[in-house]
Amino acid sequence: MSESLHRPILIRRARLIDPGRQVDSVGDILLADGRISSCGPVIDVAPEGSVVIDGSGLVASPGFIDLHAHLREPGYEYKETIETGSQAAARGGFTTICCMPNTDPPIDSEAVVEFVLRRARDSGMVRVLPVGCVSRGRKGKELADLEELHNSGAVAFSDDGDPIQDANLMRMALAYSADLGLPVSNHCQDLHLSGEGVMAEGAVATRLGLPGIPPAAEDAMIARDIALAQSTGGRLHVAHISTAGSVPLVRRAKELGLRVTAEVCPHHLTITDEWAMGSQGTGLGRAEWAYDTSTKVYPPLRQRSDAETLVAALADGTIDCIATDHAPHDIASKQVTYQDAAFGISVLETALGSSLQPVHDSRISLATLVERLTAGPARVLGQHYATLATLATGTEADITLFDPDLKWTVDSAEFASKGKNTPLDGTRLRGRTIATISAGRIVYQSPQLIVQEADAAV
Amino acid sequence: MTLPQTVEEHLTDEAMQADVLPLRRHVLDLDDYTPEELQATLSSAQGMAEVLGRDIKKVPALRGKVIVTLFYEASTRTRVSFEEAGKVLSADVINMSSSGSSADKGESLLNTGLTLQAMGVDTLVVRHPHSGAPNFLARNLDRVSVVNAGDGLHAHPTQALLDLYTVQSRLGRIEGLKVVIVGDVLHSRVARSAIWGFAKMGAQVVLSGPRTLMPLDFLKEDEQDDPAGLASRVEVDTDLDRAVEGAEVVMALRLQSERQSGGFLPSIREYIRRWQVNDARLAKAKPDVLVMHPGPMNEGIEISSGLAHGTRSAIEEQVTAGVAIRMAVLYQLNAGGSE
Repeated sequence: MSESLHRPILIRRARLIDPGRQVDSVGDILLADGRISSCGPVIDVAPEGSVVIDGSGLVASPGFIDLHAHLREPGYEYKETIETGSQAAARGGFTTICCMPNTDPPIDSEAVVEFVLRRARDSGMVRVLPVGCVSRGRKGKELADLEELHNSGAVAFSDDGDPIQDANLMRMALAYSADLGLPVSNHCQDLHLSGEGVMAEGAVATRLGLPGIPPAAEDAMIARDIALAQSTGGRLHVAHISTAGSVPLVRRAKELGLRVTAEVCPHHLTITDEWAMGSQGTGLGRAEWAYDTSTKVYPPLRQRSDAETLVAALADGTIDCIATDHAPHDIASKQVTYQDAAFGISVLETALGSSLQPVHDSRISLATLVERLTAGPARVLGQHYATLATLATGTEADITLFDPDLKWTVDSAEFASKGKNTPLDGTRLRGRTIATISAGRIVYQSPQLIVQEADAAV
Repeated sequence: MTLPQTVEEHLTDEAMQADVLPLRRHVLDLDDYTPEELQATLSSAQGMAEVLGRDIKKVPALRGKVIVTLFYEASTRTRVSFEEAGKVLSADVINMSSSGSSADKGESLLNTGLTLQAMGVDTLVVRHPHSGAPNFLARNLDRVSVVNAGDGLHAHPTQALLDLYTVQSRLGRIEGLKVVIVGDVLHSRVARSAIWGFAKMGAQVVLSGPRTLMPLDFLKEDEQDDPAGLASRVEVDTDLDRAVEGAEVVMALRLQSERQSGGFLPSIREYIRRWQVNDARLAKAKPDVLVMHPGPMNEGIEISSGLAHGTRSAIEEQVTAGVAIRMAVLYQLNAGGSE
């Protein structure tokens, strides 16, 4: 593959979906010198020395953008590294990932931002954009040096993993960052309400005897943050929205014209708390299989009505984008009792297959879903990043080629991610990345990719 | 020297229930029991009680079997009754607690389980503060039977079995009875298992207590889908006087004093006024209502002393039944298995 890195790439007869430009048609794309040199028109003669990819039956879209991934480095390299996380991203079809700052040390200074960017460059897979801390040391007490973080390359601010409990600190963060133009993202969880909770409050938590997290723990803090965004004019990005009750709050904020955006995770769209009972939600499993710690995640998997509301909100645009909240863990962190287990799911490599489920169920169109994986998240990042999510001629060639109908079985042993923690292990998904092209280079290709040499393709 | 006698010569047919007791690997909760298996277990326990009534309380039924009680939480009656049950059946019983064991040195639950399995333990009786700890062990150990002796807020199946046994012994039946469970249902593994047991055997289960100590999904009025299958088996009436109307069984749950400091209750005094089970409260219950408590009791708080020690109380019988029930359970797991 290495010799093909700098060769032109021609993708033939793919369904081109470029939501930013309302393109959805079958055509060819030619990439040269890391940029898109032609998109749409059929190219009869492939340029000399080019790699020709048969795109028939496949969708070619701008590379996916993930606003929310935990790459664990520095500090927790036994869970994931920037390199393995980037490989997982490439396998999942993501060409840009925003990494969360709950590392050790946290990303709260120029030095750590530069470290992350250097490691990402060295691994040479996908674009990694660091998210800086809101508060110094992620301690929720005083603001981090937000402008320094911005200048060194941070694209958003978040204390993710820990909610910003202090309303005044959140207010200051929104106000101070308003002129930097960067969104402040909050992990919305009122700790008094969530208490010792380890899964969604409800019938399943009652049956399993696990402390529940009420939906109000999320709704109340989203309501607070929207009020603060309104009074400060700051940009609020609501991380991993999971409750039906939070949707009307975000919708209302948008109607008021506030600068509020929201993301949702694939698992909150597709699976529920019933999966904690075992047998992957197909009904009650054998008792031994209950308390599946791979279902433990924050926000918790909720009820069917929540998932349905979230899908509808993603379809109507109330929710701007899909974000993975990729949270890889080592095995020991999950091979314990449910209450002792770490929160988090390894998502990057299943995100597309999961997110396509509502498309296959005809509850969201394929073009809209692609928008929520590309132009949607780019919009949250701001105008500066619009070129990351387009197939427009002349832009950097970040492209995802996927088969929306390919059925496959999840096997976490095959993950590039060190995190094998997924409740989807062994399940069938429909839709998979076939190739990921980052800055004009193929950084991932599946065995299903059909590559022809230029000469043979004429 | 006499030849070793067979099990059959020592245990009554009733205790063995050879035709009825199905094969079972683990006892994790009562949710996976059929009414028939519940009844077979109660009948088996009745035979075990006969053994306990003998002068020499010893049968060789489980000779050569090794049972470990692994307790990560304090316990008197549950632990001692499992130990006694195992010993009466001639099993070797080893007691382990988290303090003084490798758990103190940070050994994980999984590694402790694997270690005991490697030593050839047949049955692991587990109590743990975390819900699902016995399920976790059952999932990861392939040569050991796991018995749940109480896990977090989840389940306490042998307690529920002994409650069923006590009620059936005293009242002659379970089906059709009105059973009222009073108090802190939210934090009660005893209540959860009792709901499964009594409901499966055809009793009407009514819960009463403060709304703050009741699972929210039990309180919902509207018929909603109940994916977990528990909420639809109970009724809730927070007015205790109304709840006990016509009841044949009233079970008071232990009220932990930390519920007040935890903000669930204004005061213990107010709890006593509204939900203490006492003679005046039971005015509208059946005259011969059976009063139960899983223990340990806070006399004068969730139950009055007079009632706890009065003629309508079955609390002491519950304790006695505990040994017979645990014998039946250990016997089922270890002596069954002829496939």
